[in-house]
Amino acid sequence: MSDELENKSGYQAQSSETVNEYSGSAVGDVDYVRPAEVSDQDLYHGHSFITKWVFCQDAKVIGVQYFLTAVFTGIVGLILSWLMRLQLGFPGLAGFMTAEHYYQFVTMHGMIMVVYFLTALFLGGFGNYLIPLMVGARDMVFPYVNMISFWMFFVAVAVLMASFFVPGGPTGSGWTLYPPQAILEGTPGSGAGILLMLISLSLFVIGFTMGGLNYLITVLQARTRGMTLMRMPLTVWGIFTATVLAMLAFPALLVSSIMMTLDKVLETSFFMPTIIKAGEVLGYGGGSPILFQHLFWFFGHPEVYIVALPAFGIVSDLISVHSRKNIFGYRMMVWAIVGIGALSFFVWAHHMYVSGMNPWFGFFFATTTLIIAVPTAMKVYNWILTLWRGNIRINTVMLWCLGFIVTFVNGGITGIFLGNVSVDVPLSDTYFVVAHFHMVMGIAPLMVIMGAVYHWFPLVAGRILDEGLGKWHFWITFLGAYSIYFPMHYLGFIGVPRRYFEMYDSPYMTSGVGLNEFISLAAFIVGAAQFILIYNIIKTLKTGKLAGKNPWQANSLEWQTSTVPPEHGNFGEKLPVVHRWPYDFSVPGAKDDFIPQTVPPSEVIDTEVEKT
Amino acid sequence: MSDPKIEGYQFKPGFRGMVDDTASDQTMFKGVHWGKAMMWIFLLSDTFVFSCFLISYMKGRGSTPVEWPNASEVFGLHVFGVDVPLLLIAIMTFVLITSSGTMALAVKYGYEKNRKMCGWLILATAIGGLTFVGMQAFEWSKLIHEGVRPWENPFGAAQFGSFFFMITGFHGTHVSIGVIFLFIYAYKTFAGHYDEEKRGWFTSMKGNYVEIEILGLYWHFVDLVWVFIFAFFYLW
Repeated sequence: MSDELENKSGYQAQSSETVNEYSGSAVGDVDYVRPAEVSDQDLYHGHSFITKWVFCQDAKVIGVQYFLTAVFTGIVGLILSWLMRLQLGFPGLAGFMTAEHYYQFVTMHGMIMVVYFLTALFLGGFGNYLIPLMVGARDMVFPYVNMISFWMFFVAVAVLMASFFVPGGPTGSGWTLYPPQAILEGTPGSGAGILLMLISLSLFVIGFTMGGLNYLITVLQARTRGMTLMRMPLTVWGIFTATVLAMLAFPALLVSSIMMTLDKVLETSFFMPTIIKAGEVLGYGGGSPILFQHLFWFFGHPEVYIVALPAFGIVSDLISVHSRKNIFGYRMMVWAIVGIGALSFFVWAHHMYVSGMNPWFGFFFATTTLIIAVPTAMKVYNWILTLWRGNIRINTVMLWCLGFIVTFVNGGITGIFLGNVSVDVPLSDTYFVVAHFHMVMGIAPLMVIMGAVYHWFPLVAGRILDEGLGKWHFWITFLGAYSIYFPMHYLGFIGVPRRYFEMYDSPYMTSGVGLNEFISLAAFIVGAAQFILIYNIIKTLKTGKLAGKNPWQANSLEWQTSTVPPEHGNFGEKLPVVHRWPYDFSVPGAKDDFIPQTVPPSEVIDTEVEKT
Repeated sequence: MSDPKIEGYQFKPGFRGMVDDTASDQTMFKGVHWGKAMMWIFLLSDTFVFSCFLISYMKGRGSTPVEWPNASEVFGLHVFGVDVPLLLIAIMTFVLITSSGTMALAVKYGYEKNRKMCGWLILATAIGGLTFVGMQAFEWSKLIHEGVRPWENPFGAAQFGSFFFMITGFHGTHVSIGVIFLFIYAYKTFAGHYDEEKRGWFTSMKGNYVEIEILGLYWHFVDLVWVFIFAFFYLW
């Protein structure tokens, strides 16, 4: 690399590294970091309102755009859940609510929350904002495609929302969209509704692929000097592995969407068997509905971990920062994330125990499912051991993290029930299942999102969210969520089936009616409590306490930017040089209880830092 | 980021060294342009798309209650009074594989900064791709003329037409997108955009001959997928 280029790209050695990197005298220097392999990234800076805030190529702005769009769809999903709970707790109270509406709300609530809310929020929102900052890059490697990714997602959301306004309304086939019923007359929204859903999903997959390629390659090929794989924050590991899963799992969703679209529009019979309706033979025949289930769950199960792995990663970082201790077993945590990701491709048919499979398949998939509990349990132990004898700060962020661990363990244990074929068969399609997946992939990741919002809001907006409101928000949500989902386990045990519009005078519900009313009331309160956060954000933006630099005294690179909030290009003149992992908290002998990743070894010579 | 440099990086020996190199700082794939790595990952994802299609095809063909049409009869051509099975498809495959060869040569001449040769070879590749799509259109219209539809056909199982049109259509879309990009790249090569590192129309990123290799990766992948489709539809 020529000197001229080096000057231009700002890669000169930092002040503490006085050695000439090319003279060979650097070998013995403790602060030596290999010179840059590639020249500095050449960024397109927006000049107008449109290029700065709308069609923006800055990953941070794209991240916020993803976040806001996902939160908007999430609020729609929340309102749908209110309407469902209104019907279940107080049947007939909402006059307009028919069984068809109820199914449509169930379907849209599920699809919105899983795909358009959680996935988009974790990967599109946190991924875009945090990956370049945390690995020390100026931006994603291909900012233009990253920008297109968001707008594809935006169009996908618009198409999805449009299905509320077409004749027949949105599809009501359940979020799994099982054929043949999803596209047959008689199912609500079997006309335009299902078609828009399938188109929206296809657009989502295409848009996500564009973003996902960026996340992966930024992590693989654009880290800063000194940032080795084993010095990356676990947040990056979680989002990275989840993106790998998404890149390999979404193809199955895309293919099944295309095939079902053709079944609907061209009357092909990929998934459609011979069907006799009211004595009349329909034009379909010879297809396999089970094929769809395999394709769908080959996507659907990794999807669970696409949501869970970023949450695992983020919560590890939050726990470490706010208990002032290094994460216990960092390498074990990394391998657990990777292992869970790999295993998640071999468990999909545990969603199909009652679909009619060879019993040996059930045996195989039950085994692989239970094996996943091993790395997952390792992670839970490590979180607890990180907290153990830490200097824990009981602030809002920490409360959300603790809430996460509790709900996640709870949901994980019910997962062991459902992973066993013989226990699953009586429990499947009851409220036990609803309670399980809401605990484990609804509430638990949501707790992490909330913690992450309270943690990183000072970076994004420069002001710290109000702690008092935050604690109210946490306690109402935490206790309320338990009030909603804990009783549902019991409803499941007494055999109350899920997806039923109303139980009428069913013998199942003699002891469940009051419980249902209680659950509904809790759901209204918990839903309303989420608006505390929105109020908190608006209030903080106006009058909140200024955060300054690094308010949590964290080590990772996103807090070491030249300005807060970081500007386009993230790090000013020079990219940071990394000398250590991001978990050097409470190091014996150190001046402060944290040593940022950019501090060179010569400044902390007398301390007992980990060798990373 | 322009072309990567790995001066100063000493690869370490042995398996342990490979692990260290992989986990080292800055880049995992030393000296590989980010765009190339991105295309490889995209192709991995696309492999899963085509795998899902082809596995669905196998499942559909295996479980349909009606007999599957005989490929050598359905796809045969009647020329000069003789029935030749798989004639058209053999020519199509030959053209597409040849275009892979011209593409590889274009990459070579690109890196040698031989602008003219590179441009002509990209153009040749584009024309090869266009010929392929044209012949596919001919085959589609022939089959449609004979009564094959996505929902039914006179030769046997209805799924035959469904899978055939869907999968060859999806592949043909890939080829067509490739052809469009090949024409654009041919223009950019001839106009010297890669020599003077001119910025892209939309991306505003500096151009480089690496882009031709990246497009080449895509093109070879599309050819490779065709080999599988060929085997699954025409030889099974």
